[in-house]
Amino acid sequence: MNMMTNKELGFADLLKNGQTLKQFRDGIIERTKATGYYNGQEKLEFRDSDPIGYEKLFSKLRGGLVHARETAKKIAASPIVEQEGELCFTLYNAVGDCVLTSTGIIIHVGTMGAAIKYMIENNWEANPGINPGDMFTNNDCSIGNVHPCDIATIVPIFWEGRLIGWVGGVTHVIDTGAVTPGSMSTGQVQRFGDGYMITCRKTGVNDTPLRDWLHESQRSVRTPKYWILDEKTRIAGCHMIRELVEEVIRADGIEAYEKFAYEVIEEGRRGLMNRIKAMTLPGKYRKVSFVDVPYKHEDVQVSSAFAKLDSIMHSPCEMTIKPDGKWRLDFEGASRWGWHTFNAHQVAFTSGIWVMMCQTLVPTQRINDGAYYATEFRLPKGTWCNPDDRRTGHAYAWHFLVSGWAALWRGLSQSYFSRGYLEEVNAGNANTSNWLQGGGINQDGEIHAVNSFEASSCGTGACAVKDGLNHAAAIWNPEGDMGDIEIWEMAEPLLYLGRNVKANSGGYGKYRGGCGFETLRMVWNAQDWTMFFMGNGFMNSDWGMMGGYPSATGYRFEAHKTGLEQRIAIGDSLPLGGDLDPTRPDYERHIDATAVVKRDKQCMTTEDCYDNHDLYLNYLRGGPGFGDPIDREPKAIENDLNQKFLLPEYAQKVYGAVFTQDAKGVFAVDVAKTAARRAEMRKERLARALPTREWMKEERERIINKHAAVQVQHMFATSFALSEKFTKEFKAFWSLPADWQLLETELNVPTYGSKHRMDLSLLPDVTTVVQVEE
Amino acid sequence: MSTYTNEQVAHLVEGSLDWETTFRMLSMPKDNSRFEQYLKALQAKVSFKDKIVLPLGPHLYIVQSAKTKQWVTQCDCGHVFGDYRENWKLHAAIYVRDTEEAMTEVYPKLMAPDTQWQVYREYYCPSCGTMHDVEAPTPWYPVIHDFEPDIEAFYKDWVGLPVPERAD
Repeated sequence: MNMMTNKELGFADLLKNGQTLKQFRDGIIERTKATGYYNGQEKLEFRDSDPIGYEKLFSKLRGGLVHARETAKKIAASPIVEQEGELCFTLYNAVGDCVLTSTGIIIHVGTMGAAIKYMIENNWEANPGINPGDMFTNNDCSIGNVHPCDIATIVPIFWEGRLIGWVGGVTHVIDTGAVTPGSMSTGQVQRFGDGYMITCRKTGVNDTPLRDWLHESQRSVRTPKYWILDEKTRIAGCHMIRELVEEVIRADGIEAYEKFAYEVIEEGRRGLMNRIKAMTLPGKYRKVSFVDVPYKHEDVQVSSAFAKLDSIMHSPCEMTIKPDGKWRLDFEGASRWGWHTFNAHQVAFTSGIWVMMCQTLVPTQRINDGAYYATEFRLPKGTWCNPDDRRTGHAYAWHFLVSGWAALWRGLSQSYFSRGYLEEVNAGNANTSNWLQGGGINQDGEIHAVNSFEASSCGTGACAVKDGLNHAAAIWNPEGDMGDIEIWEMAEPLLYLGRNVKANSGGYGKYRGGCGFETLRMVWNAQDWTMFFMGNGFMNSDWGMMGGYPSATGYRFEAHKTGLEQRIAIGDSLPLGGDLDPTRPDYERHIDATAVVKRDKQCMTTEDCYDNHDLYLNYLRGGPGFGDPIDREPKAIENDLNQKFLLPEYAQKVYGAVFTQDAKGVFAVDVAKTAARRAEMRKERLARALPTREWMKEERERIINKHAAVQVQHMFATSFALSEKFTKEFKAFWSLPADWQLLETELNVPTYGSKHRMDLSLLPDVTTVVQVEE
Repeated sequence: MSTYTNEQVAHLVEGSLDWETTFRMLSMPKDNSRFEQYLKALQAKVSFKDKIVLPLGPHLYIVQSAKTKQWVTQCDCGHVFGDYRENWKLHAAIYVRDTEEAMTEVYPKLMAPDTQWQVYREYYCPSCGTMHDVEAPTPWYPVIHDFEPDIEAFYKDWVGLPVPERAD
């Protein structure tokens, strides 16, 4: 017969049902759309007919995923993985929808799923083929990865020759071979500087990594030792989970497994809606957050002149909780993406919010794609959270993501508060920075890069019944840990001269935000060493709640030509401990008077040189506060004073505390005098205030006259250009004349990219996967 | 499902609930009766006679006016900010920290935002001076109407309570 076989046609029949993966996936999407239930599953047959068997299967798989993570991470040498737990393993069904995930950086519930879907939509089954024993590697941010340092290994799972699912493992590597060292480096302004980029590449066959891949990848990064062991970690975990699935199928049958792999997603969808109804309140919530992008400063050195401007990320969120328990998250009005590394793909956004939600709304072990199906996302195309240009850089997408999600926290916390679940209220999160990064020749004489993950332990937001936790967590990793000093000193040529709670870093309030901490590092035994700063400085991303203040912003301290080598040799005093009160700096009294010190709010810098005995302050931020500070219990203020969490000046000015200090330095707050002082403060507040509508008249004049810093105007101009609705609402609120407008072109700043853009979908033979309303 | 006594919920509101019970509240499925108990605890605390319909903040409520049955936003000192559908902040007293001097009143040097980028807007009750909210936007940002609850759906469909009478 002169008929072409499936082989010639390039049809792999991986599912053994005559359908391509794309056809199969299209069917699921259609059934979900038509019925409202994932894959049309109005009834959950397996769960309802055999609930104990269903739960047993859940426990085996979930336990196995967590076990694989805990075991595999011991292979890694990178402290980011081994100490901080920056890894995650996720099980997918055949179409790349997440079934279950491990603990860890569970933002990757959806990112590896997006990679699988990209392979499905772009016919990977025909070329390069999908076979048992294959491995695929992905870190491409333009198809859904968060940032390039999250490297994913994806392994298909077959049963009796049929594709039944996938397992993915991701680790946050210490260096990606970007323009500058560190996993989330600054300085590059486009994807092309973000480092080694791998798009769902087949990197292994027969369970063995391909030699060309090993050779190429290891020399593409600065830290091959860590890179190799990170990959072994991912492969080991994926293979453990693949074996687990085989074991489960042998014990429970393929039919039960496959039913579970689809029913649990519908169960996750219903689970989120039930949680929304059980904990929140229907209505509209509007919140907004911002991030400073101070690129005009001389310490931000970039290759492209068009990136040299100060700008602001704008993330307005309208969260609508519907009476049926569904919710819609609409980011209409968001500002445009930019020439920096903080842009985020839509999947980083839609997948990422579950790392946050599992810490508040859905604190369950059943985190999967079901929650995505219960959520309507609207991320307008062209914004920072859904770029429409294939050149965008993403190395530190978290900078905007974490801040963008702040609006959701505050909206949810409003609903918890109004409903009486005060124990769930969380005023917000820390801006999880600073990121101490850099590289050069380390103490072992090797080319090296560092990214201190001390940011895993920032202060948490205040609750409505208690203070936030000090130096405890980061929103992007529920398993975060600051790491041991001894381990960091082995990984980095930087000695610790201090590690202290950062006074006044938690936002004030009836309940204060958790304080962050600060570590003073001295460069030691390095050669040609560089470092840079990355964090917020000019602005706060999270606000306080219901009368509480935002946390303190960041600042930087670095010192060169310190003379410390000599001071150590002669036993002179040294800068030790915390930078207790930056209004009255003390470090400078313990280094040479001729030292070169940078002490300012420029918390975003690029790679700069550090000699041995130079200093770097790594200040990790605090969380926001809740409630009016003059409602704070005097005893709590006393405790903060005695533990140096709060400077005395601000106990007086912000909290109205009246106190004494005894000969031993112990503070005691006088309750009666404090109450009297607070009564005066109420009067002082009203004496300095204006009726809001009166103040609005003054502010309107400033808008009419375009009186605001360029970065503020730039933010509004990019939002106006993308959103007619936001523009109309803005003009209506301020009663602006019909012809009032604000264009980027009138700001005398670079406008490169403001008009001419090209999306990835316009490349030949590329089908992108769109999972949000744009 | 856990249940809690009115006394326990009152302690939660006061911030004086023991940690063991607070932890149980956090870790166990939510108690459906909480909202009713919460309203009861709050109503016992406030000095006004108006019925609390929905708490908005530690000192701010949507209440049903005892006299007119209208729903209004009200401070616990009794100050009325206007119809519950309006943005109460537009009827508040505002103080904007938009200079370095004003910012360093509340934060050490370098630890507050640069007011060329971000300002703090403090919203006070015009009668008692309670600070109900601190906004932290850029200059020019509209006053945010941050919460429009669907109270009827909540009462009727979610917690199964009769919707308080409302005169418009």
